[in-house]
Amino acid sequence: MATPSSQRGRVVVFGVTSPIGRAVAARFARDGHPLVVTGRPGPELDRIASDLRLRTGQTVEAHGVDALSRAELADWWRKTCVEGEPGQSLEPPEGVVVCWGDMPEQDEGQREAARLCQMIDVNVAATFVVMEAVAATLEAAGRGFLCVVTSVAGDRGRPSNYLYGATKAAQSTALEGMRVRLGKRGVAVVDVRPGFVDTGLTWGRPGVFLAASPDSVAASIERAVRKGRGVVYTPFFWRFIMLAIRMIPGPLFRRLSL
Amino acid sequence: MSDLGSDGANALPARALRSKRQSIHGWGHYPVEECSLYRPERFSELAEVVASAEEPSLIARGLGRSYGDASLNGGGGVVLSERLDRILDFDRETGVVWCEAAVSLAELIDVFLPQGYFFPVTPGTKWISLGGAIAADVHGKNHHRDGSLSNWLEEFRLLTASGEVLRCSREENADVFWATAGGMGLTGIVLDARLRLKKIDTGFVNVDYEKAPNLDAALESFLLRDEAYDYSVAWIDTMASGSKLGRSVLMRANFAGESDLPANRRGDRRFEGVSGMPSVAVPFHFPSATLNNWTLKLFNEFFWGVHRDGRVLAGADRFFYPLDTVHHWNRVYGTQGAIQYQAVIPPPHEREGLAAMLELLSRKKLPSFLAVLKPFGPKGDGLLSFPRPGYTLSIDLPVSGGGGDFPAIARELDEVVLRFGGSVYLAKDSCLHPDSIESMYPQIATFRDVLQRVDPERRFQSSLSRRLELAGKA
Repeated sequence: MATPSSQRGRVVVFGVTSPIGRAVAARFARDGHPLVVTGRPGPELDRIASDLRLRTGQTVEAHGVDALSRAELADWWRKTCVEGEPGQSLEPPEGVVVCWGDMPEQDEGQREAARLCQMIDVNVAATFVVMEAVAATLEAAGRGFLCVVTSVAGDRGRPSNYLYGATKAAQSTALEGMRVRLGKRGVAVVDVRPGFVDTGLTWGRPGVFLAASPDSVAASIERAVRKGRGVVYTPFFWRFIMLAIRMIPGPLFRRLSL
Repeated sequence: MSDLGSDGANALPARALRSKRQSIHGWGHYPVEECSLYRPERFSELAEVVASAEEPSLIARGLGRSYGDASLNGGGGVVLSERLDRILDFDRETGVVWCEAAVSLAELIDVFLPQGYFFPVTPGTKWISLGGAIAADVHGKNHHRDGSLSNWLEEFRLLTASGEVLRCSREENADVFWATAGGMGLTGIVLDARLRLKKIDTGFVNVDYEKAPNLDAALESFLLRDEAYDYSVAWIDTMASGSKLGRSVLMRANFAGESDLPANRRGDRRFEGVSGMPSVAVPFHFPSATLNNWTLKLFNEFFWGVHRDGRVLAGADRFFYPLDTVHHWNRVYGTQGAIQYQAVIPPPHEREGLAAMLELLSRKKLPSFLAVLKPFGPKGDGLLSFPRPGYTLSIDLPVSGGGGDFPAIARELDEVVLRFGGSVYLAKDSCLHPDSIESMYPQIATFRDVLQRVDPERRFQSSLSRRLELAGKA
């Protein structure tokens, strides 16, 4: 068990109940960062938080947060991570990692409008609200990092998952602009794009290859944040796969069934 | 992420019910069976898998360290517990840890050894899940003093076939508690458990080595001197014959006190006796010719020769997990692997029984370099628990080479074991015949009654349970 040798800044992880979120939280905790973690309220969140505390000896503040609360997330951020107790004012966090995401099946998104809107609410609305709230705080502080786990799916709209892909492309584009804005203030904005990740989403699914473990994605996130990278593909070879896919000319792309 | 290349025409089942058809095997690489693997990431998904009628039967699997088919379910479902691996609570006053079943001994040691707590009953590897340890009611070098794992188990929650979660302890659902400890996963799926850890002063042990020239000397030494040791075991030379039959190197230990440590290891450094990941790996399967009578005889002579009587201070890792330091050590047996055979011979004929087994091995020139002899203490109350008073002998038999006809050899060993009223360890078994089960596990009738209560439709089965008809004749 690591007893933190130096007290480093707080790291906030949104979506700690996802395998990547849990792995990222564990890594930053082991590195000496107290954590603030969020997930859907319930026993899963409590278990993961207890586990993190016991394994790392680190302070872990767990908050049940519903990503579907959208605009209210800005208030939540202000109360929890900026102001703290009334009259108090907290140290700005050292960094934020957003690991949540909703990924229904493509055909379900095409058929069920409500399900489609839910995905957009989480991946776009909630994520953008959080990004802006965090950006304001880090911009004022003049240091820190914001990392969002997007996906290679955003690199090109493909018939097999363009709805999900579009929400991820939205995240990546917003991050792109934010990177310039916050870069001027010394804040790193990192876009981590995993390919297949070995979780329940890919388990037993045909066509999945070289699925990365959640911990290896977490390791990439940690590395990228330390080095202040911009866009990171994990594992690295996805950069080349997506480059190739992006280069396929339209007429040819239309004839393939990707 | 998407499915590149899939046109989405085949609708996938709901996420929790997706499975992967894969060939899996135990630690001995035999047998190999194709099963449908499920890997739930939260309790609700696990409950869905158990409730669904998708598979004819299910068995839970942790880290797959049982040697034979205990965690296999050919043609059925296997539930991988690995993602439900959270440590939930630790009470410093009582030393009781509460954690989910997939947490491994290795992780518990990693987290709690620096706080002065060791795993109370550990087998020869720390890479086993708590759930698996309960299912096999594992024992360690300290059985004569501390009993098997169930001795330290306070309670656990069990997901049964009906979907009900039973809290089991000595006071509540005690029959299910004792059917589950050693019950090879047949009562259901353990969700989480409370276990008492052992308080220790340092991460080091004082090991006393003593060479015994033959079996009688070894048994005498165990009898006379074991009282002074918490941990006691002997490496035994199965190739020795005649007057040297059963010559052994006894290795007995106690945890060291802080004053036993060199000055530079005291204080904060006193728990640094356990290393982390394996440092060396066997990179490939050894060609089957490597392990044969000659190389074995050489190894055994070397092992016997190199040990001297005396005391050594060793890190806990080195003493408890010598094989864990070599990743994939089972590859030295070649691609066909090895079977492990472990039996116990009860009083009053321990000496004759052990001698008969050793003579059989020596006569057939069966190479085995991991042979271990150990006295057991009193029996626990697990209905299918293996450890009971007597001596236990474990050997490995490579599937190729001398051990090639291992079912026949195992049968011959079984005959010796049965003749002397002994039993075979199910967690290592791949060859036992169902006829032997009732004499080896006399409480099996009670076990079957409990199964009738918690799993009347036989939803939980493994290839082992079917082979040995553990739940009764179909």
